[in-house]
Amino acid sequence: MVTFPETFQSKSRLISRRMFILSTLKVAVFVSIICRLFYLQISENIKYRSLSDKNRLREWRIAPQRGIIEDYFGKKIAENTQVYQLHMIPEDVVNLEELFFKLSKIIDFDKPKRINLIKKLKKRKPWETIIISDNLSWSEFSRLNLFLHEIQGIKPVIAEARKYSEDGSSSHVIGYVSDTSVKDLENSELLREINVPGLKTGKNGLEKSLNAEMIGTPGLQRFEVNAYGKRIKELKFVEGTAGKNFRTTLDQEVQEFTTKIIKDKSGSVCVMDIYTGDIVAMVSSPTFNPNKFVHGISSKDWQELIKNKKKPLINKPVAGLYPPGSTIKPIVALSALEHDVISPKLVVECRGSIELYGQKYHCWKEKGHGFMSLRSAIKQSCDIYFYEVARRLGVDRLSVTSKKFGLGDKILNSFIEEKSGLVPNTKWKLKNIGKGWVLGETLITGIGQGYFLSTPIQLCLMMAQLANGGYKIKPRIIDDKDALQSTINAWRNEFTSKNDSFSFLNSGLEKLYRNQENIKLVLDALYGATNEPMGTSYRSRFTKPEYIYAGKTGTSQIRTITEEERKLKLKNKDLPYEKRDHALFIAFAPYKNPRYAISVVIEHGGTGSSTAAPIARKVIKKVLDRHKLRKKYQLDLFKEV
Amino acid sequence: MINQHFHKSNLSFKDKIFALDFLLIFLILLLGIISIFAMYSTEQGKLGYYTLSHFYRFSVFFIVFLAFSFFKIRFWYKSAYLFYVLILILLIFVNFYGITASGSKRWISLFFINLQPSELMKIALIIFLTRYYYKIPSEQVANLKYILAPVFALFIPVMLVAVQPDLGTAVLILIGGLAVIWLTGFRIKFFLYSFFVLICLIPVGISFLKPYQKSRILTFFDPERDPLGAGYQIIQSKIAVGSGGIFGKGYLQGSQSYLDYLPEKQTDFIFTLFSEEFGFIGSVLLLLIYVAIIYRIIQIGNQSRNNFARLYCFSFATAFFTYVVVNMSMVLGLLPIVGAPLPIMSYGGSSMLSIMIGLSIVMSCKIHRQDEGV
Repeated sequence: MVTFPETFQSKSRLISRRMFILSTLKVAVFVSIICRLFYLQISENIKYRSLSDKNRLREWRIAPQRGIIEDYFGKKIAENTQVYQLHMIPEDVVNLEELFFKLSKIIDFDKPKRINLIKKLKKRKPWETIIISDNLSWSEFSRLNLFLHEIQGIKPVIAEARKYSEDGSSSHVIGYVSDTSVKDLENSELLREINVPGLKTGKNGLEKSLNAEMIGTPGLQRFEVNAYGKRIKELKFVEGTAGKNFRTTLDQEVQEFTTKIIKDKSGSVCVMDIYTGDIVAMVSSPTFNPNKFVHGISSKDWQELIKNKKKPLINKPVAGLYPPGSTIKPIVALSALEHDVISPKLVVECRGSIELYGQKYHCWKEKGHGFMSLRSAIKQSCDIYFYEVARRLGVDRLSVTSKKFGLGDKILNSFIEEKSGLVPNTKWKLKNIGKGWVLGETLITGIGQGYFLSTPIQLCLMMAQLANGGYKIKPRIIDDKDALQSTINAWRNEFTSKNDSFSFLNSGLEKLYRNQENIKLVLDALYGATNEPMGTSYRSRFTKPEYIYAGKTGTSQIRTITEEERKLKLKNKDLPYEKRDHALFIAFAPYKNPRYAISVVIEHGGTGSSTAAPIARKVIKKVLDRHKLRKKYQLDLFKEV
Repeated sequence: MINQHFHKSNLSFKDKIFALDFLLIFLILLLGIISIFAMYSTEQGKLGYYTLSHFYRFSVFFIVFLAFSFFKIRFWYKSAYLFYVLILILLIFVNFYGITASGSKRWISLFFINLQPSELMKIALIIFLTRYYYKIPSEQVANLKYILAPVFALFIPVMLVAVQPDLGTAVLILIGGLAVIWLTGFRIKFFLYSFFVLICLIPVGISFLKPYQKSRILTFFDPERDPLGAGYQIIQSKIAVGSGGIFGKGYLQGSQSYLDYLPEKQTDFIFTLFSEEFGFIGSVLLLLIYVAIIYRIIQIGNQSRNNFARLYCFSFATAFFTYVVVNMSMVLGLLPIVGAPLPIMSYGGSSMLSIMIGLSIVMSCKIHRQDEGV
């Protein structure tokens, strides 16, 4: 009986002891939970906060409006136009197969497009818009709207897309835009930053070089979304800014006109203002329709372009390399005069060929020109005379003058495809070919053959810098009014200081000559070449005083003519296309108060006088006719010239 | 004869009111209010179904808790077996006629309320075992003839609940029962042996698990293996808690729950929501409220002069602790997601009723703490 309370006591103690053990355990567990909370909420807070934001925030970027490109008169060359697009939001699509099936009945949606789309789908987040078609026809678009209620997850959208002139007259200068590729993204941080679905990027021409400025900044919409992807509220809206617009120095009407006249030929025409360096025209032929690239070119069209022998995709004015041929002769003559190697009175007899260093060198005129002075040699383009001049001058001095006048170096920085050409000299040969210079090479270099290579725009610049009296100019294709103003001021100073011999004003213009009389002499000889009987371009002259121009023809061989062939008297017509000579012509107009320089290069076109000069004649007339209008858009410079 | 040794108080109603444990009442009321605010937040700050329903339930069950507190311990002692058998019958009934929801049969429909007998079994088992061991001297506990009854009483309901299937509740019932057995002084080495055997049986056990249970366990070890399926809950829960930071995102500002990223936010994941909105500080404070409740229950047990009350209070405190800890560990990624509500905070009538009855017995122990026998 008395034991019971003891049992009660001992049992009670046992329970308490057991409870104590448990309590210790409990404290440990609670502490570990607090540690876990500390770890999640304090140590790892940043990680989880960003994960939470990733959950709740979604951003949609709005494609920016691309800047437009205008010609000198404000005519749009590359503009934006409304297009009808079809977008898809993957997470809203119930059944992809079914959607594709339905779409294929409504719009042009073939298998390759489907496969392409599925590929894209895998890379994107489910809420990111995917563009199924970026250029629907109106009938497709309206049909789509009709069936819209039956299909989930798609959205017809009216968007903006690039549009170029259909005739492709400025395709090479402007270039084109197309879908941003993986490679584009790798190369450009800007494109990675913008990251808008369906963003187009400039692939070549000005579209590429001005891409960063023209692309604009995208708009941004940030939404809070719930777990089902529904937008709950808009947290942020940033309006995008349109890209910068650009005005070029081109005259689109001249571009179109020129494109038309050389449509069937492979070649280029460049026209430049000899004072400002403005490129009035820069046409490459044959051309292509850049609009085809904007929405993805079909493989048939693409094959057609790359298989074309006349290489329509090459921007020939800057990327075509041609031996300058006889068009180099004014520079050879000038170089010789400037270096006091010859006097203008030097007379050389041309008998059609000459033997030098054990090799026979021919003149283009088999019978020979007879006794030639410098002026008549330029006028009639006598090769024998220039062999002699070159022999006396040497290739190194010639290369110095050639480079000074714009050959052998890139002159525009707007085109990645631009080539620098080649002005050979002894050093160059030793370094690049590893052989010493052979004197015979000097002779053929003197008529613009051999290693000599130039681009049409270089020839145009060379002509311009001769025609303006021997001053260095900076060619430009983007119109910048401030730069123009300073150029005009420089010229104004130059002319006033010339009239007033007491002025020592430094105009800021770089003189390329030692004695300007030498340049005048060469220009006078070019007048003869075009406007006097026997001149090489006499047949393409103008008689109306305001159109009179002066120019130099060139026919550049692309192969060595063997003695046997010479005997056969093969005409260009008889040769296969690839072996025919290039036809070149450079000129400046008008002869009195010159203002424009032009270069025409027709690949495998035959002779300069028969093919290139007539084209130049037409273009010159067009440019001079347009001059009055162009003048209105310029600060008044012409008066003083 | 024995009864004469016991001091027995005959308290008046007024005495009983004064004998109530006001600290415990305050803590429960505080928790209840917090839970209603939390429920309000799960409904994006609208007074919706969950909030109102939770509010009504809490009000009713809080009154039930107070009312039941006035019952004598003797009442609980006497009705312990009956209570247990009644719930057991309900459990068996569930397995045949239960309402199936999300793949498991857990509820029976009682016209006005859907009852979850497994929740009530948590408390019924504790009372049953407490009463059973009350009469057995501690030296006799390990005696085979005293082992059989508790083992059956323990494993029958556990198995019944496990096959519903409701692994979480089954485990919680089991732990509650084991707590009583432990406190009665059952040898420690038995626990160690059975723990060892359990470890060995895990591979066998896994083969009996339903596919969804298996995937839950695998997910626990690597939530990223199926981030949008089985791992979704725990990943989102951790993101919610972790993004709360020190001070939380603010009341009604929890984006994870507000935007529906957080699943089951009214029930099992209510702590996640609270933690997201009130941060580390809030979470620790909430945890401290639970600690205070558990501590208070243990104190009441200590003050009690009879072993039935002591054993019950300690066992219930341990069970209560387990519920809190399992739920929190689960949502914090320390345990697999098994489906265990957080006492009082989580939405769910049966769970709350069960806890309230449990607490009212504790309160009854407090009021009658001077009683030496039952």
